[in-house]
Amino acid sequence: MNPLLELTQVGIEFSTAKGSFRALQSVDLKINKGEYISLIGHSGCGKSTVLNIVAGLLQATEGGVVLNGKEVNEPGPERAVVFQNHSLLPWLSAYENVELAVKQVFRGKKSKAEMKAWIEHNLELVHMTHAMHKRPDEISGGMKQRVGIARALAMEPQVLLMDEPFGALDALTRAHLQDSLMDIQKELNNTVIMITHDVDEAVLLSDRIVMMTNGPAATIGEILHIDLERPRNRLQLADDPRYNHYRHQVLSFLYEKQRKTDDSLPATQPHGQVSGSQIIKENHETRAINTPAGHSHAHTPDQDKANQLKTA
Amino acid sequence: MSIALTQTLSKISWLEPMIKAAQGENRSQNLSIIAKAIGIPLAGILVFLMIWHAAASSINTSLGKFPGPADVLIQSKTLISEHITEREKAAAFYQRQDERNARRLAQDPDYIVKIRDYTGKPTYVDQIGTSLITVLSGFLIASLIAIPLGIVIGLSANLYSAFNPVIQIFKPVSPLAWLPLVTMVVSAVYVSDDPVVAKSFVTSMITVMLCCLWPTVINTAVGVASISQDLKNVSQVLRLSWLTHVRKIVLPAAIPMMFTGLRLSLSIAWMVLIAAEMLAQNPGLGKFVWDEFQNGSSNSLGRIMVAVITIGLIGFALDRIMLLLQRSVSWDKSATLR
Ligand SMILES: Nc1ncnc2c1ncn2[C@@H]1O[C@H](COP(=O)(O)OP(=O)(O)O)[C@@H](O)[C@H]1O
Ligand SMILES: [Mg+2]
Repeated sequence: MNPLLELTQVGIEFSTAKGSFRALQSVDLKINKGEYISLIGHSGCGKSTVLNIVAGLLQATEGGVVLNGKEVNEPGPERAVVFQNHSLLPWLSAYENVELAVKQVFRGKKSKAEMKAWIEHNLELVHMTHAMHKRPDEISGGMKQRVGIARALAMEPQVLLMDEPFGALDALTRAHLQDSLMDIQKELNNTVIMITHDVDEAVLLSDRIVMMTNGPAATIGEILHIDLERPRNRLQLADDPRYNHYRHQVLSFLYEKQRKTDDSLPATQPHGQVSGSQIIKENHETRAINTPAGHSHAHTPDQDKANQLKTA
Repeated sequence: MSIALTQTLSKISWLEPMIKAAQGENRSQNLSIIAKAIGIPLAGILVFLMIWHAAASSINTSLGKFPGPADVLIQSKTLISEHITEREKAAAFYQRQDERNARRLAQDPDYIVKIRDYTGKPTYVDQIGTSLITVLSGFLIASLIAIPLGIVIGLSANLYSAFNPVIQIFKPVSPLAWLPLVTMVVSAVYVSDDPVVAKSFVTSMITVMLCCLWPTVINTAVGVASISQDLKNVSQVLRLSWLTHVRKIVLPAAIPMMFTGLRLSLSIAWMVLIAAEMLAQNPGLGKFVWDEFQNGSSNSLGRIMVAVITIGLIGFALDRIMLLLQRSVSWDKSATLR
């Protein structure tokens, strides 16, 4: 089977005030249709850069990206992006934000009524029908991220690109959104590339975890196949030795092989990325609910729904 | 109905406690809030009037004492009564004309009715009207130029760098410097046997426009240039056309800054107008002040002082109107609007 998306020898050099800076070097990756890929690595290693090259927002200096046999040169809705900080237009309601995308992508292909149904369908997928006429400043961070996902899904992308989609959310909200995402994925079987700094999230959601070495000149260090049958359940997996084995492998890559000797971070933090110290903090937080120690947080499905309304 | 009205009224800050007090909610507390909200500004005005009164009586000019608050009150009453008398005269004139025409028609059915306009001198109220029309026309034309220009140069860093020096140089130019140039150009270009509007009006309006263009241009450009990269990325991923990008993303994002500029522009326009009218002899408040100054009667200073206060009040009102407009169009309700 031919891969849907292929990155070949991708490298990029930024020209900065202090001369050129090589961010990526020889990144090779083949992704099949319906695969869920996580990109993980220390902050500032170049994850967002890889994603932005696939999105077409950045141009690779060497190598290239081929989607469905065609080279990627510019951004487009067939490679929808979910940005870390939602990027909703603050003056539009949730519905109107999705509408902007749908009108753009399906102009002339869907009737008005079909578009409306399609917008509502996508908002329903992310459980946002109850607040679809609210504006971003009237809904919580988790809800904004849900709308961002709905907007991306509504474009019917060939590849869904997500840059730390849940990075700014609290652990509980994040868990709800991960579950929602797994449900949606079961239904739509999208091809996904997701950047994360959360080891549990990566293992829980992915088919493969792509681990990146530290920059400069970052590249792919290891790729880990996650052979856990779906649907996956976070509570059952918490006791599963395979799950813990995968977690351990990612952790050992990040904290032994690619240990950051110097904890200080690059001076420039483009696009308001989370800082390195947050990585560690966030990991502790998620571990609290994902590992056996976090069983006290266990909740029934009914409570789940209630929490979703409250926290998401 | 009454609930809706109460809700609307309670958006006005000092009315809220008043309504609550009237509804019997926590009466004493609300009354003290009212006392503060109205009482303190009132006390400020009173103190100002006292200082003004004291200072005025000790300043002697060749036209008599400097007008105090009492003189101003008397003069404003006179100006209003002059206006009323003038209107009555005009009404009487038109009535006589109508009667005369009716009589002529009765005698000779083929008579073609001629209607003449009343040619009395403009009253103070007419002059306020002229000033408002002039300033609003100048401001409107300036905005129609400044907003598109601001958007275009805000979108491109190169255009911004190209325009910036020109803007920075023209921004501080006084209206008095523009006026002779504008007057000459208008005299040369605006020639017509039957002009729709007076030359003095065009000159004042263009001077106002030239002076109030810049704050809107600059603020709009800055608003457009500071749109977050995330929103630009969204636009790129959606492959929005240039026009859709401007309409759906750039314009709404820049509206708060644009209005900051528009409010600055309008207040500059109003300040510039008075000077422009004085020199261009446009029959508005500026000309009123100038004429009174030339006139030099014992009432003149009092009448000029009435104009000063009128100018201040109108300037304040214009700014409040812009603020209300800004509140109704801006999506960013959380932004502090002052
Ligand atoms: N536009 C740019 N210009 C210069 N350097 C950049 C630019 N974008 C990213 N970088 C640098 O490239 C490296 C990788 O950044 P990024 O992809 O954002 O990291 P990550 O998403 O993994 O945290 C960082 O060192 C960053 O400073
Ligand atoms: Mg990043």
